[in-house]
Amino acid sequence: MNIDHHLDPATIMAHAAGTLDEAFHVVVASHVTWCPVCREIARQATQLGGEMLGQLEATLVSDECRSKTLSKLDTATLHCFPKSPQSRGEVPEPLAHLIGGKSLADLAWKRKAPGLALFDLPVSRASSGKLFLMRIAPGMAMPEHGHGGAEITLILSGAYNDKFGRYAQGDVADLDDSIEHQPVVETGAACICLVATQAPTRFKSWAARLLQPLIGI
Amino acid sequence: MLAVRWNMLTKDNRPGPTGGELASRRLIQRIAKNLDREAFASLFDAIAPRVKSFMIRKGASPDLAEDLVQETMINVWTKAGMFDPAKGTVLTWVFTIARNLRIDRIRRESSRPLAELGDYDAPSDAPGSEEVLARKDEARCVARALIGIAPEQREILILSFVDDVPQSEIARRLNLPLGTVKSRMRLAYNHLRKTLEQPN
Repeated sequence: MNIDHHLDPATIMAHAAGTLDEAFHVVVASHVTWCPVCREIARQATQLGGEMLGQLEATLVSDECRSKTLSKLDTATLHCFPKSPQSRGEVPEPLAHLIGGKSLADLAWKRKAPGLALFDLPVSRASSGKLFLMRIAPGMAMPEHGHGGAEITLILSGAYNDKFGRYAQGDVADLDDSIEHQPVVETGAACICLVATQAPTRFKSWAARLLQPLIGI
Repeated sequence: MLAVRWNMLTKDNRPGPTGGELASRRLIQRIAKNLDREAFASLFDAIAPRVKSFMIRKGASPDLAEDLVQETMINVWTKAGMFDPAKGTVLTWVFTIARNLRIDRIRRESSRPLAELGDYDAPSDAPGSEEVLARKDEARCVARALIGIAPEQREILILSFVDDVPQSEIARRLNLPLGTVKSRMRLAYNHLRKTLEQPN
């Protein structure tokens, strides 16, 4: 996998700190699983957390807490490791968990417009983001659009081009809400993406005016 | 002030992991190999009080903080065999466990099934021995990076990593545009990276 488009280091820092919204967290964790460059940044950033934890003042822990913990050691089941990966390599591990190890082709895609299908992924109620898979037919172009809030897209298969370049498997578009772009899917194969967005209703609105098939572009 | 910084820097320049880090690593090894309860008790006394502070800083009540201390430390016991010094310090490893438990707890409170992400605890790519050597001093570099960082960047790092505040909320609290918070985060990372790349 040749990855050319990476995460914003500010996003990786938030990921390392654990403050990303769950929907975004899944996309970032998925990219990081595939991308050695971003994985190393995440590893370095996480060290900041360890160092800051070490610098905190100590708070007295009660004897009860200590003895309870020690008494639970025998029953704590030993962690089995390494976990056998459920993923067949088609999707990164964090996503494979969410789709129960199924292949992308076997999901119950919902057709939203000609050439556009979505598959919603579950996030907990605490998440204010929306997480979904998007499948766009070969050769389709989206109308130029901006984003109501942050949006991160990971390409799982196929490829598209926009003014920032070519996005293929493993590439991530970590877009600021000020950015407008007009992705055009390459001919030959559908483009399947994992998308986290902060603005769920916003997506519906641009889905509604979506996608003119531009055969031959 | 200058004297203090000088002391810290000279101390930081001694090669190799700190004594505390080495001692913690040995304790983890004893737990992983022999299920050594004595080693666990020592490690508990060394790190549980900081984990408790960490949870309180994230908004947990003292009772919840102790619940989370318990869970964190039991994870340390059961996952000791997964600790990989090439990936970071013992405290960094404990930080990821504590952070993930806190995140899971927030999701559980929202009474929806957990989406298991499972990325953090996975073993890292096994680095070559050269890389391990290069990383030996990394913990010291990280400490030095935090000493030398601009105060407005440090403020944002602490809000993120310790107080669990998302970037959009940091922007609101500090009355800054979100873009400024993000660019300070980027600068903080660049500062860290440069410090890590500097020869000792």
